[in-house]
Amino acid sequence: MPQDDNFAHRPWLDPDKDPFIKIRSVSKRFGDFTAVDNVDLDIYKGELFCLLGGSGCGKSTLLRMLAGFETPSSGELFIDGEKINDIPAYARPVNMMFQSYALFPHMTVEKNIAYGLQRDGVAKAEIKDRVSDMIKLVQLNDLAKRKPNQLSGGQCQRVALARALIKQPKVLLLDEPLAALDKRLREQTQYELMNLQDQLGITFVVVTHDQEEAMTLSTRIAVMDKGKFVQTGTPTEIYETPDSRFVANFIGSANIFQGHVVESDRDRVVVRSVRDDNLLFYIDHGSDLQVNAKVWVAIRPEKVRISTTPHAEARSNQLAGIVHDIGYLGRLSNYKIKLDNGKMIDVTHPNQTRPKSGEHLADWDEKVYLSWEPSSAVVLTQ
Amino acid sequence: MAIDIGRKLQDRWKSLLVAVPFFWLLLFFLIPFVIVFKISLAESLIASPPFSSLLTWGEEGELKIRLLIENYAYLFDDDLYVRAYLNSVKVAFISTVICLLIGYPMAYGIARANPTRRKILLILIILPFWTSFLLRVYSWMGILADQGTLNNFLIWLGLIDEPIRMLYTQFAVYLGIVYSYLPFMILPLYANIEKLDWSLLEAAADLGAKPISTFFTVTVPMTIPGIIAGSLLVFIPATGEYVIPDLLGGGNSLMIGKVLYNEFNSNHDWPVASAVAIALLILLVLPMMLYQRYQSKQLQA
Repeated sequence: MPQDDNFAHRPWLDPDKDPFIKIRSVSKRFGDFTAVDNVDLDIYKGELFCLLGGSGCGKSTLLRMLAGFETPSSGELFIDGEKINDIPAYARPVNMMFQSYALFPHMTVEKNIAYGLQRDGVAKAEIKDRVSDMIKLVQLNDLAKRKPNQLSGGQCQRVALARALIKQPKVLLLDEPLAALDKRLREQTQYELMNLQDQLGITFVVVTHDQEEAMTLSTRIAVMDKGKFVQTGTPTEIYETPDSRFVANFIGSANIFQGHVVESDRDRVVVRSVRDDNLLFYIDHGSDLQVNAKVWVAIRPEKVRISTTPHAEARSNQLAGIVHDIGYLGRLSNYKIKLDNGKMIDVTHPNQTRPKSGEHLADWDEKVYLSWEPSSAVVLTQ
Repeated sequence: MAIDIGRKLQDRWKSLLVAVPFFWLLLFFLIPFVIVFKISLAESLIASPPFSSLLTWGEEGELKIRLLIENYAYLFDDDLYVRAYLNSVKVAFISTVICLLIGYPMAYGIARANPTRRKILLILIILPFWTSFLLRVYSWMGILADQGTLNNFLIWLGLIDEPIRMLYTQFAVYLGIVYSYLPFMILPLYANIEKLDWSLLEAAADLGAKPISTFFTVTVPMTIPGIIAGSLLVFIPATGEYVIPDLLGGGNSLMIGKVLYNEFNSNHDWPVASAVAIALLILLVLPMMLYQRYQSKQLQA
């Protein structure tokens, strides 16, 4: 694959590329509460960027600052090279899709979508054409004359999207775009949203608390906590190499062991468990950690192998325990294993074959053996 | 079985609960209305009561009913009544518009204020009701009189050399009506604006609407119910207003409430006074019915 093409899909790796949205040392304080705490962020043109975090982490405040509904207490915001701090919301080259959709209840679907163009004084004939094109794009053909209270949740979502897209903004801000939809519709809409973004090439900034949604949608994710970015990266980076216990637990779930470094090399780290002196963890990613440093080892439940028979040969990263609980989810089962030292471990096992006579791989209170590859675990320092 | 009886009891309770207000309206609204309507069809007499009876027994024991529409015809004969009606509607309409122009920003300000301040502002709106309405109008007489507080103050400031005539003018009537009925405009408007979804205003701004444009394309259409409710609450009592034009307008204001008062108390012509009252009622019920039709049409659409 040529280098240029590589950058086309990963513009953040291109050192020559100028970021489209620049957030520089931005803080927002409400009284003595700091909602956003001195953050920096670069978002590139054509990205579908997710701000992910729990409620009250500051993600919505950051989005509202980009939209112009909140003024930063300090710091600077740039879009396409232009500083937007002092530009009022109505003059910014961004549009927002609200969590509640905020459709005008006294206007028809058509009028809602045309609203933005009318404010800009676009000629009537052009408005008519663009509105009907947009209605086709979001597949609302028969609903143009309806009022919002005659639409379903999914239809409202499309109107809100169409209304925000019709002005062809430089950036589309989406506040929990799928939160109000039911699960099935949410999955379907996720893919539609991605296709639309691909088709129009508009930069999307999405705020969500749903990690699955963030994983499927985004080019990159910024995980937020207490007004700060904890980690920024592609979905794969964030999931496979979290750099803190917070991220490891927030995105998916993880088994976390506390320990001390006993050996640290360029391509290998060995960690001794705090709970159990005989327990050593081997991790094959190198680090510049000092011996004896306090660290945590994280391993994802689906990366742990489970077996009812002991391993034939002595290998690294082996544990034994008793099945404490089984959660059968159909396509996979969650096992809670109680280790000999008392710690609980989550293991996810795909049900690749149909169990005979409804039995599970292991039964309650059965002795099981766990293991994982040195490449599967990560060492965390915080 | 037990459930059936329970349901029947519940149904009975329901009808009883509905019957109470119906009975109240029947006793204190419908019956007096019928009596007034009856008087309006009678003939004026110098007697007690000062009107003829509609039903009389003839010499042969037959029942005679005598209805006069003369009183209504009289309302059109003498242009005093028509002029008074039109003037009342004009005064009430202009007052309503002024109340709306003053009341809307006030209601908006209260709805957007922080919760503590909002409570204080609302109490300030309601506070005047704790003083008698009559007393408040009287105090305006003291303020507006030639030797009143306002004139004395302006002379003291040196802005004017001799008193401006304010009391017993049309201006004083408007002032009195706007002052007295402003809370009736503000309160329904406040209730409406307070429920307004602010994210709609943000959405409008986001789509490029300047504040003034947001106000006329979103805020006003969303608060039409409050505007109509407030306007009716001001317009209807203002049309029939008697005290304010009498005390502040003196002989210079011709309003239907005052004409009605004069028919009763100066002329002792109860039937004509009743006819004036009925005509006034019809005049006021008409806009309300139109509004209701508009509303039910809105709901169906």
